[in-house]
Order: sequence, then C-alpha cells, then structure tokens
Amino acid sequence: MPAANGDMYRALLPQIGLLVLVMVLLSVSLIKNKKLNEQLGWITAAGIGVIMLASFLWGRPGGQPLLLWGEMIRFDQAGFLFCMLFLTGAGLTALFAATDAVVHDKAEFYLLLVFSTIGLSLMAAAGNLILLYLALETASIPLYVLAGIKYRDDRSVESGIKYYLFGIVSSSVMLFGFSLLYGFSGTTRIYSIMEAAAAHKAPLAGLVLAAMLVFVGFGFKISAVPFHFWAPDVYEGAPTPVAGFLSTVSKAAGFAVLMRVLLNVFGIGKGDIWMILAAVMAAATMFVGNILAIPQKNIKRLIAYSSIAQAGYILVGVASGTEFGFGAAIYYLMAYLVTNLAVFAIIGWVEQMSGASDLKDFAELNRRAPGMALLMMVALLSLGGIPPFGGFFAKILVFGSAIQNGMIWLAVLGIINSVVGLYYYLRIMKVMYLDQYEGKAGVIKPKILWAAALAVCIIGVIVLGVLFTPWFSLATQASFGF
Amino acid sequence: MPLLSILVLLPLAVGVILLLLPAHKTALIRGLALTVSIITLGIALILFFAYDTAAAGYQFIERMDWLPALGISYHMGVDGIGAAMELMAGLVVFSGVMISWKINDRPREFFAFLLFLASSVFGVFASLNLFQLFFFFELAVFPKYLMIIMWGYPKTREYGGMKLTLYLFLGSMVALVGALAVYFSSGLHTFDLLELEKAGFSIEFQKLWFPFIFIGFGVLGGLFPFHSWAPDGHVAAPTAVSMLLAGVEMKVGAFAALRAGLMLLPDGMRFWAPLIIVLATINVVYGSLIAMIQKDFKYVIGFSSVSHMGLVFIGFATLTPEGLTGAGLQMFSHGIMTALFFAVVGMVYDRAHTRDIGELGGLFKYMPLAMLGFVVSGLVSMGMPGFSGFVAEIPIYMGVWKTYPAAAIIAAVSIVVTAAYILLVVRRVFFGETPEPIKAGLADISIRDKVVVILLSSVMILIGIFPSLLVPVIQAGVRHILVLAGGA
Repeated sequence: MPAANGDMYRALLPQIGLLVLVMVLLSVSLIKNKKLNEQLGWITAAGIGVIMLASFLWGRPGGQPLLLWGEMIRFDQAGFLFCMLFLTGAGLTALFAATDAVVHDKAEFYLLLVFSTIGLSLMAAAGNLILLYLALETASIPLYVLAGIKYRDDRSVESGIKYYLFGIVSSSVMLFGFSLLYGFSGTTRIYSIMEAAAAHKAPLAGLVLAAMLVFVGFGFKISAVPFHFWAPDVYEGAPTPVAGFLSTVSKAAGFAVLMRVLLNVFGIGKGDIWMILAAVMAAATMFVGNILAIPQKNIKRLIAYSSIAQAGYILVGVASGTEFGFGAAIYYLMAYLVTNLAVFAIIGWVEQMSGASDLKDFAELNRRAPGMALLMMVALLSLGGIPPFGGFFAKILVFGSAIQNGMIWLAVLGIINSVVGLYYYLRIMKVMYLDQYEGKAGVIKPKILWAAALAVCIIGVIVLGVLFTPWFSLATQASFGF
Repeated sequence: MPLLSILVLLPLAVGVILLLLPAHKTALIRGLALTVSIITLGIALILFFAYDTAAAGYQFIERMDWLPALGISYHMGVDGIGAAMELMAGLVVFSGVMISWKINDRPREFFAFLLFLASSVFGVFASLNLFQLFFFFELAVFPKYLMIIMWGYPKTREYGGMKLTLYLFLGSMVALVGALAVYFSSGLHTFDLLELEKAGFSIEFQKLWFPFIFIGFGVLGGLFPFHSWAPDGHVAAPTAVSMLLAGVEMKVGAFAALRAGLMLLPDGMRFWAPLIIVLATINVVYGSLIAMIQKDFKYVIGFSSVSHMGLVFIGFATLTPEGLTGAGLQMFSHGIMTALFFAVVGMVYDRAHTRDIGELGGLFKYMPLAMLGFVVSGLVSMGMPGFSGFVAEIPIYMGVWKTYPAAAIIAAVSIVVTAAYILLVVRRVFFGETPEPIKAGLADISIRDKVVVILLSSVMILIGIFPSLLVPVIQAGVRHILVLAGGA
C-alpha cells in the first residue's frame, strides 16, 4: 500500500519546522541590532516549543510503524519520542545559552544548534544506512563548530579541533562498517539488511567485523569506552551550554541509532556476540568513567567522566537486548537528559560568577546561594540514583533488565559502580555544604528565563522519579517501535 | 483517615517547606519541626494502641496504583512489629528534635534533613511493596550524609559520614539485586510483598538469593563483619542523628532484612541460619568486648549497639516463636535505649567538650537527671529485670537455647561484659572527682533535655514492668512470620 502523502509530510514535520526556524534565525541575524540579538535565545526556544506542540498535534505516528520516502524514513514511536527528547534538550540549551557570556547574542550559535538538532532527529528516524550517515554528519559538523565557537579562547578551539578529529575518524570507520554491510547484503535499507545478508550467506566473521566497526561510530557518539577519550577535553573547553547539549542530546541520538541498528541489522538474541560485546562495553564504560571521575578537580571534567559512566548504565539496558531493557534505556535517557542539563546549567552559572569551573568554586554554595546548592544536590542525587529523583527508578530499570536476562554479573558490576559514583557525587555535595570558600566572587541573580529552564529540568527530575506511569509507558511504547 | 500516609508524608512535605523558608526565621523553623514530630508521635501512638492484636495481620492498609505495568503500588500497612517500630521511631524523632533545639548553624537545613530522615524510616516500617520499601530506604542516603558532615564531630565527620553512607548504599544495592531477582523469578509481575510472600520460591532459589537480601540489609543492621560503619558513623554524627541512626536506622536494616529476606525466603533463612547465628554471636561478644576497651564515651555506646543488634539477628535466625518475639522486643527496646544513651552522651559532650572517659568525672553533681537516664539505659542494656531489656533478651536466649545451645552460652558472656563496661563508665563519668579543666562548662541539662530523659526512661521502665503493653503486639506480627516459615 503506498503511503499517504499526508503521512510522508507528517513524518518530517519536526524537521521541516526546524528548517523554518533556521530561516527565521538566519533572517534575524542579518539585522545587526544588539537588542534583537539579545532576544535570540528565547526566540529559538519558543520556536522549538511551537514545533513540539505542532508535532504533538499533527505529527504523531500511528500504531503501525511506517517506512516512508523510499524507506529512507522510519515513522514510529521510537523516532518520535527521541525527536521530542532532542527538541526538549535543544530548547532548554537555547535558554541556558541566552545567559552565557560569550554565545548569548551570537546568532550563529542558535543557528548551528538548530541545524544540529535537525541532523539528530533524522538520525533517530533513519531507515537507511545512507540517510543515517548523512544525518549523523549533519548533526556532528555544527557540533564541531559549536565546541570551538569561543574562538578567542584557546581551550575552546582545542576542544573543537579535538572533537572534530575524533569525530571524523570514528565516523569514517563507521562508514567502512556500513560499506561492509552493503557488501554482504546488497542493500542499505536497515529493515532489509538482515534478511538479505542471510540470503547471501554472509559469513559471521564478516558481520562481527562490520558490527565492531559500526560500534566505533556509535561508541564515539555515546562516549562509550574505548571511544571516550574526547569527552573530558571537549566538555572542559566547549562553552558550558554546548557541553550540556553534547552530553545529553547528542548522546541520546547515539543510543537511538545504536538500538535501532542493533535490533534490526544485527538482530539480537541471548548470547549473541554483539550482545556480549555491548555488555562488556557497558561494564568497561561504567568502570572507566567512575574511577577516572574521582581524582578530577575541574567540575566539567568530573561531570564528563560521570557522563561516560552514565552511558555505561544505559548500555546495561541496551545490552540486555529485550524490549524491557530498551525501555529501561530510554527511561534512563529521559531522566539523564533533564538531570545533566540541570547540572551543566548550574555549572555555567557558577562559571559566570567566578570565571572558572573548578570544584573549589562550588565551595560553600550552600551559604552563598542555598537554593542553587539545593538544586545542584537534587541533580547530583539523581545522577547517583537516589530517590525520589528520576535516576533512582531508571537505575532500577536497567539493572532489572540485566537480571531479567540472566546477566547477574553485569547487574553486580553496575551496583559496585553506583557506589563508586555516589562517592564522588557526595564529594561535590561536601564541597558545597562544608568547605570554606576562598574566592571573592559575588552571587549573580539568575535571569528569569534561565531560572525557568532550570525549573523545568528539576521538575522533570522529580516527576520522573515519582510519577512513573506516563513516562514508563512512553518508553515502553517506543521500545516496541524500533 | 490515612494515618500511615500522614505519618510518612507529613515530615517529607514539611521538610520541603522548611527549605523554602527564609533562613533567619529560626523560631518558626524549630516550631514547625517540633509540631510535626509531635503529630507523628501522636499518630504512632494511635497506630500502636489501635492495632488489633486479636485480628493480627496487616492493618491500616492503604493502597494505590503507582506503576501497575510493573506491579509497583503505593501500599502502606503495618503488622505488629511494624506498629511497634513506628512507635519507637516516633519517640526517637520527637526526642531528636527536642535535643537539637539549640542547633544554631543552619537550623533550617538541619531540621529539614531530620524530617526527611524521619519520613524515610516511617516509610520503610510501613511499606508493603518491595519497590516502595527501597524507595523510602534510599531516601535516607543524603540526609544522613549531609547531617553527619555538616553538624558532626569535626575531626571524623568527613570520614565517618562517607564510610557510613557508602557502606549502607552498597548493602542496599546488593539487597536490590536480590529483590529484582525475586521480582523476575516469582512470575507474578508484582513487587507487592503480600503476594510475593505466597509465591513459593524453590529451595534452590531461596538458598541462592537469601544472602543477597538478608545480608545486604543486614549491613544497616550492623551485622558482623559489615558493622564497622556503625561506631565510626555514630560517633561522627551530631547527637540527634546518632540517636536516629543507632536507634532507628539500624532497626530499619533489621526490619527490612526480616520483611524482604526472612519473610519472602524462609527456607533460605533456614539454610543459612547457622551462618547468621555465628555472625550474630560474634556481633554480640565482639561488640561488647570492644566496647569495654574504648576510651571515648561515644564509642562505648557505638560498639554496644553493634553488640545488641547481634541479639536481634540471633532471634531472627532461631525461627522460633520465642526468638522472633524477643528480636522484635529487642528492636523496640534497643531503639529507645540507645537513643537515650546517645542523648546523654551528647548532653555531656556539649558541656564538658570532651568525650574522653579519662577526662570526665563527677558529673552526677551537675546533671543528676542525665545520670539517671544513663543508668536506666545501662540497666536495660544489661538486661536487668524490671526493664525492657530483660523482657527482650530472655525470649531470645530461650529461643536460641532451644535451637543452638552453644551460641546461647557464648552470647551470654556478653551479659557480664556489658554489665562491666556500663558500670565502669557510670563510675568514671558520673562519680568521683570532677577534673578541673571541664568544670567551667558544666551545668545542669535544659528542660527539653529533661523531658527527653524522663520520656525515654519511663517508656523502658513501663515496658519492663508491664510487658503486656508491647508483647502481644509483637506476637501478633510473629505469628504471621511463623505461618510463612512453617508453611513453606
């Protein structure tokens, strides 16, 4: 049955909307008016809000997944949910950036942010390896620029170049993996490769090789060990809102494609070699992230390692290979997105006050700004997996999925890591609540829109940790949609 | 009226409200905290006295769907042991607020965190859903840590706080793995404890997973060899937190081990009982011997808690009506007793500014009522007839005599040792000459402290003289446990 035209456009509604937003931003940026440029942050956020609303009203997929545009686009619950997640993240990032000292009035910042979001949302919806690759590059190239956008700051430039070099190498390795897959199956359609490869009697060794090569690209996106080296340097140097975006939205997109390709191209079953690969990767990622986070003195580096570890927990859900596990991973991503955005927002705020983001700049925050210390604590506890915050339930879900699938060892490694993780989250809290502050920086009163965005994040953290039902059913539906 | 929900959620809600108040409104903050603690104590009293011992079973049940897809519900209810624990926790929370009245460093945060901690312990004792039990259990993590590092003993608070928090978190996460295994293997798709009780797990399964849950939670109960967080943590904590940690939190651990370990996997308990008996006997004897040689007043009490919690685990492991009843009574009695111990230690430290037993002396003249409280606690701790400790310990020894007589004999050594260290401390701290350096600060305890001492002492004496106030309630809970253990 040929797909209805309506469906074809509905499937791309968010992307079309974002493109329009790009046009608007581009036109606005042509007008050289400082006052107008100051407004770009909330204009972007508002535009994204409108797009989200429109997508909810008209762009929702039906019960049956559809392959549209010559099987390029897969229109399903998973893609839609991820797209909404990315839009949420992008909108919040735009609001956080609106108070950043350097990027707040740079039109190109918002432009690139939205452009990257288009790429990310296409990644989550790609039904073809070619589109997948193009979407990934569309998402990545603006991010390379964003990481280095403070071009007068050496660290930011270094961050951009490092990210670019790592990114370009890993994505070409991934592309090589794609080409192997094409060679084995004769098709680039994600939903036909498995059958075609079986029909062509593709050798298992070849498929394993292809899987490993493809994992390099995805592993880079989600900063899984051993493709994590870029993360601390890039997060440290990049403007803080960009680091927040990279660690949440970009990572979530990596997980979306990882799950889709794993499930449909390689097929998953208990004891499959790629599932074991994913499980080992999960364990290594948790350990490396958590252990290296402990000695960090700069909080952005610390959170970078923490977010590597968080990717490990999410991989535990993915590695279980069940719908429950995928649902767990998606729930984790939702909780992690709002949590980590909040963390980076508060880091950005402290950075503005003291000009640096070392751990000691957070000292005595509880006396200097008790409310902000409290919000930071909420976010850190959520990362640590403590109720009543989102991270708690998410962790139970991912560890549960490992146990359900009989991978007790992975769950046990996971809990050991949770304890290590809690150690350094508590240490940050100790700095905020106990240590003496030696700097002289005064407290800046946060701007209203920034505060509103932070409030959205924190409310999200709490809601995801207390009222599970709607979010869990969303995640479950999406996990059946891949 | 949803009594249990009010009991659990009111402290949580008021804690949040406190954090939103301006910091300088100290009087309002204290007043609110005190009001909440009085209300919760009142509710706990109602629960305790309205609990129908003839009907037994779970009472005051409230149930709401939380996440039906995974069988997670908000399911509140108490059995006899739960009701007794709620009363004990209510008494200790009230005492904790009274004792901490004069905290002047960030009182807003202090009382808010204290109320969060209260909510957590009330919640665990009333949870009839395994997920919910973990939810409330883990809720205590950050109040415990922050209260120890912010208001604790400056020299050891960072170490003690971190050690305590990580130990307990690790224990609970190990228990979580066990709980998830129970969930997925039951095939019932529910975390509801009442349904899981009837799941009838295979013997092999029970043997494998029992230690995860029982020992995981047992860490918080101070089970040997995972007890070392307890003395360090208790000593590092501020007085009210020591009271809550040793008095209530350790019971939370034992209670969760009972509820999720013993009651769900009774055959596992039967299989592992010899090991638990050995560990718990080491607890009892080793704890008391180490308490004997301490120079720090507070460490004496810290190790005595380790020793007394051992008796609770011995009681569990006997799986006899006497042993379990005794364990329940001991949980109640020890909770009150150790809270009063720590309260008195705190009163002494606040005035003498030292806890070194060698530097103290003759405090009887300055604070007679504090000494009275300490002596009452000491007598309870020694198991003197006429005090609640006797009522609790005799059935435990009866139970273990029937099942593991050797353990009974070895554990009984601790009675003598306990008497020795308590009497030594009483003599050195409260009698004799008062050393010059501490004289300046000494004064009688405040009226609020007196209320606490009198309240807690009279509870222990009351239970000692009229065991029938408490025993039937505990027995109502024990009967159900025995049905589960016997029916499997």
